[in-house]
Amino acid sequence: MEKLGKASTGLELKDKIRDMFKSLGLPRLIMIGFLIFLFVVSPIVGADLSRQIGNTLNRFSWNAVIVLAMIPMIHSGCGLNFGLPLGIISGLLGATLSIEMGFTGGLSFIMAMLISTPFALLFGFGYGVLLNKIKGGEMMIATYVGFSSVSFMCMMWLLLPYHNPKMVWGLAGKGLRVTISLEGFYDKFLAGMGEIRINDDLIIPTGALVFFALLSFLMWAFLHTKTGTAMTAVGSNPVFARASGINIDRMRILSVIMSTWLAAIGILVYEQGFGFIQLYTAPFAMTLPAVSAILIGGASVNKASIGNVILGTFLFQGIVTMTPTVMNSVIHTDISEPIRQVVSNGMILYALTRKTEG
Amino acid sequence: MNKKPLFNFEKKSLTDILKDNSVTLMFVLICIICVPLSGLSPSYLINEVVTRVGRNTFLILSLIIPIMAGMGLNFGMTLGAMAGELAIIFVVDWQIWGIPGVILAMIISIPFSVILGLFCGAMMNKAKGREMITGYIMNFFIGGVYLLLVLYVMGTFIPIKHAALRIPRGYGLRNTINLISMRQCLDDALQITIGGVKIPILTFMVIGLLCLFVIWFRKTKLGQDMRAVGQDMNVARDAGIKVERTRIIAIVISTVFAGFGMIIYLQNMGTLSTYNAHAQIGMFSIAALLVGGASVEKASIRNVFLGVVLFHTMFIVAPKAGAAITGDSMIGEHFRVFVSYGVITIALVMYETNKRNEKNRRNKKLHSAKKEGTDNG
Repeated sequence: MEKLGKASTGLELKDKIRDMFKSLGLPRLIMIGFLIFLFVVSPIVGADLSRQIGNTLNRFSWNAVIVLAMIPMIHSGCGLNFGLPLGIISGLLGATLSIEMGFTGGLSFIMAMLISTPFALLFGFGYGVLLNKIKGGEMMIATYVGFSSVSFMCMMWLLLPYHNPKMVWGLAGKGLRVTISLEGFYDKFLAGMGEIRINDDLIIPTGALVFFALLSFLMWAFLHTKTGTAMTAVGSNPVFARASGINIDRMRILSVIMSTWLAAIGILVYEQGFGFIQLYTAPFAMTLPAVSAILIGGASVNKASIGNVILGTFLFQGIVTMTPTVMNSVIHTDISEPIRQVVSNGMILYALTRKTEG
Repeated sequence: MNKKPLFNFEKKSLTDILKDNSVTLMFVLICIICVPLSGLSPSYLINEVVTRVGRNTFLILSLIIPIMAGMGLNFGMTLGAMAGELAIIFVVDWQIWGIPGVILAMIISIPFSVILGLFCGAMMNKAKGREMITGYIMNFFIGGVYLLLVLYVMGTFIPIKHAALRIPRGYGLRNTINLISMRQCLDDALQITIGGVKIPILTFMVIGLLCLFVIWFRKTKLGQDMRAVGQDMNVARDAGIKVERTRIIAIVISTVFAGFGMIIYLQNMGTLSTYNAHAQIGMFSIAALLVGGASVEKASIRNVFLGVVLFHTMFIVAPKAGAAITGDSMIGEHFRVFVSYGVITIALVMYETNKRNEKNRRNKKLHSAKKEGTDNG
């Protein structure tokens, strides 16, 4: 030990760097390296770099809030929220009802948020109560709660009495369409607010980024309140939490409600960026990317921070947007889809097979 | 265990029986309501059910052994299905027709299945207590590797001779592959017709063989070991059983059988949709098993047969019945998917709540026993 203390400052710097690398972990370093590699290679192979950066930023702004929705449940020890579709459905109900009621423009976005909130609270509460009954088996059941709710809503989208001609099938006059254009409603509502146009390809969606920053800040602040710390305690050490008089079940329900609500808001943010509402089986496709994004960012099954969300979403979306273009330019075929599938699910597998602390 | 009566009336109250078989009873009810509504003729319906029983039973049977070993529903059985698909692609390319083709495909699928099963089992050993979700994610992971194989490697590194299989660009496989060379060869080989219902005897014989294997396997040393591991891993380890090894073997066996099952399934279908034939196999097989009254920790051959008949009856009649009720056939399609997911959800919730109640009860007992001990001492 003494010898180590006398070591030169160079070695200390080395240690520091090594510590930093260690805290990032090998999978993350590979991802970061790969993304940097893509950014370096893309101009060489003839892909437009500013468009790539613009795309990555935009997709980041669409997806970040949904990834943020993972945080509360991980903190309270409920694991990765594979039941994300439940929250997404609340958001979709809000979106469709807001349009059905005749709101247009930016107001339709705010109304969609307001209308989806009670649904999210209700669904989240029910989901939370269920998850309390099955502690230890959350993730598998969450997956299937998500699946059943999506397939149940598949029927409901056909049966519920929607009539707005912008949303229903033209011929039958009932039953919602698979994709609904948001033009005239809240297309680019957040993204368009104070957007910075550097050139035609690189447009920074300031409003959406600020909105995400606001939600992240609120989440950060919440985690530092008394309730927030209690929630973290429940996740990291339930025995200690019970001993200090925290109502574990209530904390877990609260975290599930928060996750569900954030997922509802997240899908609305996604829609305003994407420009379409996607119904029916579309929510299935949202879960695994969100889960793997937060894991790529360095979260584990029972530990996650806002930093993980930001880094993970950026890395994931960066790789997703960059790989096809670079691959296309290099070998003229698009093998990005299977690669994305292997990488993102490999990440989830890696997280599942690691021993969890606490 | 083997001499248990069909329903255990003496021990349990009526409500308990209803509760234990709620999923099965619900399905019986759905079938009773939907069958007349669908307006399908009985002979058509029976024909369809028999065909589907022949097509799917083998796949469902492959789920039993991991349940015995306490690893839950093997969502990773899809890996076996992928192995079966790869084997069939090769056999079709080599143009080996009929039953020899099917048998060869089964033989070729074994190494693929074993490798995938070893990998899957090793992963599940690292994620004890989370086997099901790990298996489920494993599907997508290996699914990506499978996509890479059939889209880019086949035709470039792995030779595919016949242009009928390839995409015109020269490599990668077509979206659907016609299995005309082995279409229903197993089913037609020993077929008899009773009252207009075609019965594929040979397929049923193969399924019967697997049932016999499962029954025999339960009684072997390895089977007993697996049950011990399923009961309590720590006790099993203390008794000198190699827990990890036993669990991996359970998954390997299941994967190999799932591969065989997929080959039987595909020869009956007559076409292979290269990219997504395996996508729903796991879910439907698991749902069918659960409908038959199995749970995450207990499944018997009776559950398999009851489940496959009930589930597929529902599957056939739901779209028609849905159309009759709501005037929209899509409702029925969504409904049957919803029911399959719902059944799995209910089964998983019941399993976890039971496990938790049991644990609480055991803790209480232990607690009171300890208390007694200290009181006396």
